[in-house]
Amino acid sequence: MSEPRIGVYVCHCGTNISQTVDIADVCGFSKTLANVALVKEYKYMCSDPGQETIKVDVEKNKLTHIVVSSCSPLMHEGTFRGAVENAGLNEYLFQMANIREHVSWVTEDKIKATEKAKKLIAAAVRRVVKHQPLKPTEVDINPDTVVIGGGIAGIEAALTIANAGKKVYLVEKDSTIGGHMAKFDKTFPTLDCAACILTPKMVSIAQNRNIELMTLSEVEEIKGFVGNFTVKIRKKARYVDEELCTGCGDCEKFCPVKNVPNEFEENLSNKKAIYRAFPQAVPAVYAIDMAYCKRCGVCVKKCGKNAINLDAKDEVLEVRAGNIIVATGYDLYDNKKYLEKYGYNTYENVLTSLEFERYTHASGPTGGKVVKKDGTEPEAVAILHCVGSRDVNANEHCSRICCMQSLKFGHLVKEKVPGAEVYNLYIDIRAFGKGYEEFYKRCIHEDIHFIRGKGAEVIDTALTKDEQGKLIIKVEDTLLGEIRRIPVDMVILSIGMEPSKSASRIASSLSLSRSKDGFFLEKHPKLAPVATATDGIYVAGAAQGPKDIPDTVAQANAAAGAVLSIINKGRVLLESVTSTVESSKCAGCKLCISVCPYQAIEFSDEDKASRIIEAMCKGCGTCVAVCPSGAITQKGYLDGQIFEEIEGILQKV
Amino acid sequence: MAEEFEPRIVAFLCRWCSYTGADLAGTSRIKYPANVVPIKVMCSGRVDPTFILKSFADGADGVLVCGCHPGDCHYNEGNYNMQKRVPMIKDMLKGFGIEGERFRLDWVSAAEGDKFAEVVTEMTDEVRKLGPLNWKEIKEAVK
Ligand SMILES: Cc1cc2nc3c(=O)[nH]c(=O)nc-3n(C[C@H](O)[C@H](O)[C@H](O)COP(=O)(O)OP(=O)(O)OC[C@H]3O[C@@H](n4cnc5c(N)ncnc54)[C@H](O)[C@@H]3O)c2cc1C
Ligand code: SF4
Ligand code: SF4
Ligand code: FES
Repeated sequence: MSEPRIGVYVCHCGTNISQTVDIADVCGFSKTLANVALVKEYKYMCSDPGQETIKVDVEKNKLTHIVVSSCSPLMHEGTFRGAVENAGLNEYLFQMANIREHVSWVTEDKIKATEKAKKLIAAAVRRVVKHQPLKPTEVDINPDTVVIGGGIAGIEAALTIANAGKKVYLVEKDSTIGGHMAKFDKTFPTLDCAACILTPKMVSIAQNRNIELMTLSEVEEIKGFVGNFTVKIRKKARYVDEELCTGCGDCEKFCPVKNVPNEFEENLSNKKAIYRAFPQAVPAVYAIDMAYCKRCGVCVKKCGKNAINLDAKDEVLEVRAGNIIVATGYDLYDNKKYLEKYGYNTYENVLTSLEFERYTHASGPTGGKVVKKDGTEPEAVAILHCVGSRDVNANEHCSRICCMQSLKFGHLVKEKVPGAEVYNLYIDIRAFGKGYEEFYKRCIHEDIHFIRGKGAEVIDTALTKDEQGKLIIKVEDTLLGEIRRIPVDMVILSIGMEPSKSASRIASSLSLSRSKDGFFLEKHPKLAPVATATDGIYVAGAAQGPKDIPDTVAQANAAAGAVLSIINKGRVLLESVTSTVESSKCAGCKLCISVCPYQAIEFSDEDKASRIIEAMCKGCGTCVAVCPSGAITQKGYLDGQIFEEIEGILQKV
Repeated sequence: MAEEFEPRIVAFLCRWCSYTGADLAGTSRIKYPANVVPIKVMCSGRVDPTFILKSFADGADGVLVCGCHPGDCHYNEGNYNMQKRVPMIKDMLKGFGIEGERFRLDWVSAAEGDKFAEVVTEMTDEVRKLGPLNWKEIKEAVK
């Protein structure tokens, strides 16, 4: 084989790298490295002219390998591999040195930064010589999709994909789809009725032949990779046959168990042991809460369709899918101790935001009336923003919806109890969305009081006659610069969003990363907001971070679009990182078999050696590290390649 | 005054959590010492004890391995496998007269840019205190 001729390209990244790393020095150093035939610097290597340079140079200078030192490979490896392939070289005869994320952005001292950049380039140059041409594995895409979570995000994504003619399994943990939006009466900023925009979509889910809806279901395990996932789903027993039940409700009328907390009503009222979350639930059929059912059998007898079976069992199903969308939404922050400070659970007229949503709902526990627990109308209502958000003692993040939702609440109180005084206690008003500032203005004109300051405490010890029998909110009014006491009859806590309670379970069964705030981590905050680090798994809606309905729907469609784009292509390329056993070196100890997390290794009695099934190997490299005979190698991560990197890093620069 | 000793530390970062976490330290512009230079592997489970020995033999004063938190490994259990090797690695290093503190295994998630910077800073300080390893010389002398 002829001598390698490496081209080294050092990117300035505008000034992102060149500000801290001495480019000329780095280039001079790179020229001294073995096998380097050409060194170039450029403002933006990822730009068209940058990529074009590689192509021209490969031809003119007969380059055999390419090193680009620029940003993270997680950002632009794909871009440059494409450029290398375009230049007529195998795309794997390429290595990146990350001198932006790992050097210029994190190092204060310019001399030290320049030195570290040199080490990384030396490592890359030495490594790339050991690269072999590889071919990415091409696999077919299963055209079916699993969507986890049936809130507005999951509903929208499922409909978009199904309407394109592709099959969707929609997996929802509750007895109905709809998520949080199904609990609302009106939605900001337009105040259109939530049911009017949501229920038609829910019905479409039920009617769409491409959608298989699984309620009371949760994903237990996922195997495989983009294009070919196997998803294990536990469908909990409903005890009512979905096919047979007509939703007539005869069973419910006669069920003697009346004291089941109604979660859909935020436990403000009770339901029967056999229940339907709400009349427009989809599927529109009943279910039994076995934790409360007395097994008296009355419902079984009353059901004219013979749809009830008290001995039904959970089912575990396995479905195959090419892509997965995670749309598991959010839950409200519910730290009891923290909420106690605001009188929640102590004073009956302190409500959470979701409880108040149900108060305003025509079919809610108060029939849509804003009333105190004693049934009378409040004279004054306070709405406390940022409860459990923007607070280092709870969640640092802004929940993005509380301002607008609080404005909505103010408007609704005024509409339903015209004479009432309404106080909004806020840190900042963030009315950032389309039509939001206008909605804010409208509320100001409705005579809602705005007090700048975070509510500190809710108490009931009256100091004056006006405070007698009232709830008193202590707040530092930061505009007046004084501590105020606001006496009211009802307090609504605008509680912040947290990731759904099931997020940690989902994260571990799908191997997904989460950001600091616990929401699922997107591949890139700006350029890939609905992709995750794992190809074929997407995230949409409040599962990715707090957001309102317009943004949720936009993300749901973005995720659906990304999935359809892969399905349409039909095939996908997988990175070549699988491992192989050299049977002549294998001593037959079977250690590798015991550590492979994917059962990808089998023992061949014929060869008296282990053998890796390539299609099952995901390329973690654990077997390579444990093999005492050095019989296993991993493509793209050969021992020899890593040794070169070690030497490069430790060589004199 | 003599120039401060600048330790040379090789880090092996798994691609899914720790390398991404280190990238996040970058995008968040968190500053940390330049002594630790990373090598990307697919999983901490890929880190062969020979990588660690070779690093020391080639002049490293410290070796850091970072992977996903227990339970979060992209390949389920690669990090457990790495963790299981630690006592063996420490014993081996002890045999060579290398202080256990020169080797560290830690968990850095993709969201923990700040933690990555912390780990790197701590490790650098610690190895700086221990002083140069000069294993190359030890090896030569033994010969
Ligand atoms: C009090 C309040 C008022 C609001 N008012 C408005 C408004 O007026 N206008 C507006 O634009 N936005 C409003 N919002 C925000 C709105 O609720 C969200 O934007 C929207 O609900 C996000 O939809 P989603 O589908 O992402 O999540 P969710 O609505 O939380 O839906 C998630 C779904 O996934 C299911 N799920 C969770 N985990 C699993 C699992 N492991 N397996 C299967 N299924 C699972 C859940 O049961 C649920 O059905 C308000 C929020 C609050 C708290
Ligand atoms: S660990 Fe190595 S020697 Fe042992 S069975 Fe596997 S390949 Fe063969
Ligand atoms: S690299 Fe080895 S241990 Fe990892 S998945 Fe492949 S065969 Fe299994
Ligand atoms: S992938 Fe991070 S430790 Fe295995």
